[in-house]
Amino acid sequence: MHDSLDINIEQISKTEGHADLEVKVRAGKVQDVKLKISENKRFYTQAVRNRHFVSVPQFVSRICGTCSIAHLTCSTEAVEKCLGITPSPQTELLRKLAVYGMMIRDHAMHLYFFCLPDIFKVDSVFEFDKSKDQLVKQAFAVKGAGNNLSKVVAGRAIHATYERIGSFSHIPSKEDCKVMIKELKSARDHVLDLIKIFYDCDFAFNRKTTFVALVTKDYSFLEGEIRSSDGTVIKEEDYWDHLSRVVIPYSQATGFKFKGDEFMVGALARMNLNKDSLHRNTRKDIPKYLSVFPSYNIYHNNLAQAIEILHCIDHSIQMLEENEFKEESPPAVRSRKGRGIGVIEAPRGTLYHMLELDGDGKVKYANFVIPTAQNQIKMEKDIALVIPQILDMPKHDIHHELEKVVRAYDPCLSCASHFLRIKWNRSFV
Amino acid sequence: MSRKLRVGWFSFTCCEDSTMVFIELMNEKFFEWRDLLDFRYFRTLKGRNDMTDLDIAFVEGAISNKKEEETVKKIRQNCKKLVAIGSCACTGAPANQRNFFDQSTKEEIQFILDRFEHREKVSQLSDVVKVDDFISGCPMDEKFFLSKLDQYLKEFGLVHA
Repeated sequence: MHDSLDINIEQISKTEGHADLEVKVRAGKVQDVKLKISENKRFYTQAVRNRHFVSVPQFVSRICGTCSIAHLTCSTEAVEKCLGITPSPQTELLRKLAVYGMMIRDHAMHLYFFCLPDIFKVDSVFEFDKSKDQLVKQAFAVKGAGNNLSKVVAGRAIHATYERIGSFSHIPSKEDCKVMIKELKSARDHVLDLIKIFYDCDFAFNRKTTFVALVTKDYSFLEGEIRSSDGTVIKEEDYWDHLSRVVIPYSQATGFKFKGDEFMVGALARMNLNKDSLHRNTRKDIPKYLSVFPSYNIYHNNLAQAIEILHCIDHSIQMLEENEFKEESPPAVRSRKGRGIGVIEAPRGTLYHMLELDGDGKVKYANFVIPTAQNQIKMEKDIALVIPQILDMPKHDIHHELEKVVRAYDPCLSCASHFLRIKWNRSFV
Repeated sequence: MSRKLRVGWFSFTCCEDSTMVFIELMNEKFFEWRDLLDFRYFRTLKGRNDMTDLDIAFVEGAISNKKEEETVKKIRQNCKKLVAIGSCACTGAPANQRNFFDQSTKEEIQFILDRFEHREKVSQLSDVVKVDDFISGCPMDEKFFLSKLDQYLKEFGLVHA
C-alpha cells in the first residue's frame, strides 16, 4: 500500500491525441488529480471567421483526423440549417453510410489496437504472438470494411471529398455497392467474436452518472432528439442552453457540465438510452450481450462500441441492398444571414457545431462542442476514485490501470482542445 | 533475428490524419512490416516507447510550443533521417493559422499562448530542425508514402534494390 505516491504520465499512450496525467497521494489519500489535455490549440473557432460557408465543412473537418467525417457532416448540417436547405432522402442515406463507415473504422481501431493489448496483457498490437495472428487479421478485415465503406461513399476515410452542402458530388456505383456488401458480410462474424471478448472482459469501474446522447429512431447517429438518463428531452438547437463550460486552467480543453453536473456522452450513453433502436439483425443475434445495458461500468463503453460496429454493418448492408443510387441535381445553395446548428453523434459522443453567417455567406461566429471535452470532468473524477482501489499495486501497475480508465472513454484529444469561447456578440442576429 | 529498420512515429500540433492513414495502411501491410520495421516509438499504438537510436523518424504536425521544439530537436539528434509527414509538418498549415490572425484576434487568444508557453509563431518542421525528406498532403498520400518507405528500406539495406 502506497502511503505517498506521485505519478506523472507524459502523453497517455494508445489514445488519439495528447494528454498528460498528474496524481498526488499523501497519507494514503488522493490529494490531487490533474488530467491535462496537452494537445495544442489550433484555434479553429477563430480561424473559421470570415470564411465563406462553402469552404467551412471541409475546413473544420481538419479539427480531427480520425473523426473528420463527423465534423464534416455536423458542419454541413449547420450550414444547411442556416441556409434553409433540405437534403434529398438519397443524400441522407449516403450521409448515414459515410458515418457508419467512420464508426466501424474508428471503433475497430480503438478496440483492436488500443484496448485488446490491455485485455491480453501485452504492450501493443506489435507484441501479439503468432497465436493471435487470426485475430489481427480479423481486426484488419473489420477496420478495412469501415475504411472502404467511407471511401466508396464519401471518397476518402480521412477528410472525405464527396460530401458537400446539400448533396454528394459522386454517387457510388452499383458494382461498388455489391463489392461493399460482400466485404461487410464477411466482416460481420469477426465482430461477433469481438463483442464476445469485451463481454467476457472482467474490467469494471461502476459509478452512477447522467448519460446524454442524440437518440435516433434507427440508431443512425444523425437526427433525433437529445435525451438524458434523467429524462430530459432537448431539441438539437437548444443543447447549448443545457451546458455550462468549466475552465480547467491546466488543460487546453474546456470542460462541460450538463444541467450543472458532470455527465457522459459516447457509445455507453447511446446504448443505455437507445439500444431498442439498434438494427433488428443486431438485436436478434446478441440478446445476451445487450442485456448488460443499461450499465454504469465505464468499461462497458467498449462493449457498446463493439455492438455499434455490428449495428453499423447490419444497417449498411440493408441500405446498400435496398437502394440504387442515382445522379440527382443538387439543391440551390444561396447565401442567407442567420444561425445554423448541427448536432450529430460522433464516435465519442454528441457533437455540436453552431455557425452564424452574414448576408454574404461569411462566418461571423462559430461554436463547437466536442464529445471528449464533455467527458473531461467525469474522466478526471473517475481517475481520482479508482486510485484508492488500486493503491496496493506496484507503481507501474497503477500507472497502467489509470491509463486503462482513460482509454475506456476512447478520448479524442485532437478534437477536445478546440473550444475557446471568448466573444459573444448577441446583437448580430 | 535479422535486422529491422528502426523507426519512430511522432505527432505534434495537427489533427493526426496521416497517423490514421498509416494505421489504415496496416490493414494490408502489417504482416510484411512486422518482419521489416521495428517500431521503437509509436505512442498512438504503444505504451513503452524509446526515441533513441532511430534509423528514421517520421514526424507529423507543426511545432507550436517550446516543449514541442525541444522534443523535435531531441528526435533529430536520435535519428539518421527525419521525414516530415503531412501538410502541417511540411508547410505548417493549417495548424499555423494563428500566425495570420489580425491584431484583435491575436489579443483574444494571447492568454492561452501565455498559459501553455506557445511559441510566437507556429512553424513547419524545417524551420526548427533539418528535414531530410517531405511526404506532404492533408492527409499524406498513401501511395507516395509506400513508395518512399520502399526507397528507405533499400537505402538502409533492409531489402535489396
